[in-house]
Amino acid sequence: MQLLNIGKFILLRTLKFAILLFAVVLFSFILVSFSPVDPIQSYLGAEMMVVSEEQKERLAEYFGVDESKTQQFLNWLNMFLHGDLGTSLLYRQEVIAVIQERFLASFVLMAISWIISGIFGYALGVIAGMNKGTMIDKAIKSFCFILASTPAFWIGILLLIVFSLWLGWFPIGLSLPIGMLAEEVTVWDWLKHIILPALTLSIIGVSNITLHTRQKVMDVLESEFIRFARSKGEEGFRLFARHGLRNTLFPAISVHFASFGELFGGAILAEQVFSYPGLGQAIVQAGMNSDVPLLLGIVVFSTLFVFIGNLLADLLYYLIDVRMKNGETI
Amino acid sequence: MHVYELNHETQEELEKIQNNLLLEVKNLSLTIERFGKGWTRERLYVIRDFHLKIHHGEVVAIVGASGSGKSLLADAILGIHPKNSIVDGMIKYENELLTEKRRKRLRGNDILLIPQMTNALDPLMKVGKQVKTLMKQNNHQKAVKQIFQKVGLDPDVYDQIPSACSGGMIRKIFIAMALASEAKLIIADEPTNGLDYESIDEMLFQIKMLEKDNKGVIMITHDLEAAMKVADKIAVFYAGETVEVVDKKHLKKGGKFRHPYSRALWNALPQNGFIAIDSTQPSATEKLTGCSFAKQCPKATKKCKIEKPLLKEISHDEMVRCFYAGM
Repeated sequence: MQLLNIGKFILLRTLKFAILLFAVVLFSFILVSFSPVDPIQSYLGAEMMVVSEEQKERLAEYFGVDESKTQQFLNWLNMFLHGDLGTSLLYRQEVIAVIQERFLASFVLMAISWIISGIFGYALGVIAGMNKGTMIDKAIKSFCFILASTPAFWIGILLLIVFSLWLGWFPIGLSLPIGMLAEEVTVWDWLKHIILPALTLSIIGVSNITLHTRQKVMDVLESEFIRFARSKGEEGFRLFARHGLRNTLFPAISVHFASFGELFGGAILAEQVFSYPGLGQAIVQAGMNSDVPLLLGIVVFSTLFVFIGNLLADLLYYLIDVRMKNGETI
Repeated sequence: MHVYELNHETQEELEKIQNNLLLEVKNLSLTIERFGKGWTRERLYVIRDFHLKIHHGEVVAIVGASGSGKSLLADAILGIHPKNSIVDGMIKYENELLTEKRRKRLRGNDILLIPQMTNALDPLMKVGKQVKTLMKQNNHQKAVKQIFQKVGLDPDVYDQIPSACSGGMIRKIFIAMALASEAKLIIADEPTNGLDYESIDEMLFQIKMLEKDNKGVIMITHDLEAAMKVADKIAVFYAGETVEVVDKKHLKKGGKFRHPYSRALWNALPQNGFIAIDSTQPSATEKLTGCSFAKQCPKATKKCKIEKPLLKEISHDEMVRCFYAGM
């Protein structure tokens, strides 16, 4: 019975993902086909002047951009179903190879930010919720509201001005020092470059989890079992550690998994500001230069990434729910 | 003005009773301050003038209508009332004033609440563990399981979480908690609420079990019938006031309730005629001048509407708040 349920769950989710993926890819393609940028021109760049019309036509034929838009999309879809994401016009490399390299950089950035914002967000939420209505709570709440309405790139620029320009603690951009051989790069160099973008992303991610945890903590504190625990003489931190932690931590983790979408969106902006060579930067370049294979490749990949986040969130809820129903402890 | 009538008790006997006194509450009031419509502040007089005495090994039932603020009464005694409420009055525990500091020490150790709601257990913690935390001696798992058996629970319930237990089981777990703790005073908030007839009798039996353990039990209830079955004394609660405290012995000897409201409650029981009166309580926002029951009372006179009757002591532990009590 249990296995059947899980099987059904997986099947349903896969179907949902397929539909979602198709829709996202289709809309991305429609959007990019409105772009005025000619892929041939962006491919040739400055050499545009020296290449003859005939050669250009041959190139268009080679790329398949002379065909109708519908045919182009169908071509892409056909290739995709055969497991081929095509070649990037910009990098002149297999799309999958570009994504692999870029994703690693982005993943490290996002993972660090995700963990930091999760820990800080949860802690701030608990502090605010436990001190409901006090100055601390109001300060944390205002901080979150301001953050929630602040774009990531603006925070990034602000951090750059303060820490790179004024204080000079961190480099202005990129993921590694310029003009240095890969073997010479130390962990410290790498760390110095990732701190500011990671901080930007962490700050952005905090408000969501804090506000959610704050509400959850307040709800739990007003619940009947906390009143009962108080009547038994439990109070303060001990009360929270014993009865509040488990009842607020799992929902917080779920919410945090569900924020993968915002994390990715934030990463695109942060990577742009810090010229950090990750997926976010690549997708912006692909869009600006009509590199359709790369753009669609990253779209597929990011959809999968966000989808996995949501799936994990749902699974966690499902798991808690099943255990609660069966009367097991977590 | 209190009228003391000593009913033949010698000085020695009185002293003994005094020493046995577990909890004494005098002039307790609880006022909630909140924002009303617009920006006006509104005061809710939830508890106005509450009195109670309870001895070791005694069950006192506080009987009042639903929604009359009885649960807040328990909170006020325990000192866990909401932050926006003010508690005034005198509470003595074992003949010593109950200060905030002392309350903190006694909560969960000497005084234990049996909550009304079945969702009062931590939903993610094993019930056995929740009972265990109340025990002082070590190696309690076995002891908890023994107590579970005593109250009619399967020992295997120890490893379950509350959502796997029925409402009746959870009420038994509460009783198990009371037995497991070394509390001398148990405040049971509506312990029979939502139970069927048979389960009520079982619950009352278990309350008796606590009494035999020489614990004092305050049973807060709206069920006069259940109160009559188990309590040694019945305190009737109306509009935030103690209107009457009656000894069950008095009722057993054929005596009647003395206050008109208590009599109305009594008459409303099916076996006593099922006579209902309009007993809508005065709103908590009202500041009362006369007797709280004057509007509904069949015997009310002009005096009742102007002057507030005080709680008169009839014998050393029986009291009534009525100018024309017993008439």
